[in-house]
Amino acid sequence: MKIAFSTSGDDLNAALDSRFGRAPKFLVYDLDNGTFAVVDNRQNLDAAQGAGIQSAETVARLGVGAIVTGHCGPKAFRVLKAAGIKVYNSNAATVTEALEHFKAGKLVEAGSADVEGHWA
Amino acid sequence: MILAIASGKGGTGKTTVAVNLARVTGFTVGLMDCDVEEPNAHLFLKTGPASQEIVGIPIPQVDETLCNGCGDCSRFCRFHAIASFGGKPLIFSELCHGCGGCARVCPRLAISEANHRIGVVETAQMENITLVQGRLDVGVAMAPPLIRAVKARLPKGVPTVILDAPPGTSCPVIATLQGADFVALVTEPTPFGLHDLELAVDMVRELRLPFGVVVNRAGSGDDRVHAYCNEKNIPLLLEIPDDRRIAEAYSRGELIVEALPGYRCHFEKLWNSIGELITT
Repeated sequence: MKIAFSTSGDDLNAALDSRFGRAPKFLVYDLDNGTFAVVDNRQNLDAAQGAGIQSAETVARLGVGAIVTGHCGPKAFRVLKAAGIKVYNSNAATVTEALEHFKAGKLVEAGSADVEGHWA
Repeated sequence: MILAIASGKGGTGKTTVAVNLARVTGFTVGLMDCDVEEPNAHLFLKTGPASQEIVGIPIPQVDETLCNGCGDCSRFCRFHAIASFGGKPLIFSELCHGCGGCARVCPRLAISEANHRIGVVETAQMENITLVQGRLDVGVAMAPPLIRAVKARLPKGVPTVILDAPPGTSCPVIATLQGADFVALVTEPTPFGLHDLELAVDMVRELRLPFGVVVNRAGSGDDRVHAYCNEKNIPLLLEIPDDRRIAEAYSRGELIVEALPGYRCHFEKLWNSIGELITT
């Protein structure tokens, strides 16, 4: 399974971004073989509206099974749920830390959005 | 002639100018309250019963049996109102501007459009004034389509139309000003008034519309608005004095030109000044 992390950096040591819709990048980690790729999400940073929707669509098209991020708003959550992607909220400092928490089963799947839209 | 009454700052007196001007023209005039988020011209006009029409915008509906999840609709929508990720697209009607683009770009003709109510347009008559106002439903954020619906009901055969714009310089104001022959920008002689007047001036210049300034509550603040108009060669169309009796009449829902007939000539002069500026 592939799992996406919201981030502003380019590798596993980069910070986990607390924003989902307006995260600058997504790091997609493949749990099966331990490789990762970074996908640019800058087009959504300045979106007037619908950044969360567009970001959710982007990660859905990457074929991930889960997303680990700081916070996720209601519209993004609706798209992720429809796409069958599990959402995990995490306040880990880095992608590595969040990944370790995920592997250790310390993250709990979110049942709903944890913030309103435009929270940040 | 289509005259728009606008302002950068809210609460400067757009509606006061619009309703009193409409009253003193003496001939048939269409008054369009385009401030659809909080229409208030009706408070000052004792109109007859209003007729009401429901206004909606077209929202996409996807036929699941035809959609193959190609995503063309979602890539086209700059408002991100439709999300596609392989399965049936999800629609966020509150973000949709009703442009119909998704239905047009769909290669499988899987998208049709359904009407989605956003508000109402009401029309009523008071002697020489036909009042048309839009009222946006609570929770709806999409004012421009309703403003266009208000303007589409310009009374036929009425040569004079006054558009009462919403405050600010954003999309609802642009939607109101499009097609106007002249814009009167109402402001007050305060630092806030000047700041927002400058924004409004930039806007009407961008739209290439002729305009002038009305100073309300003249004498209450400072003279920077006057200095600005002087420096920029902007015609000062009218000054309405800072008169407590005007505020009292307003708070009772009365027209200034009726409660305080001494002010009739002010609005007649405004009307004539605008007429002269348009013809020259």
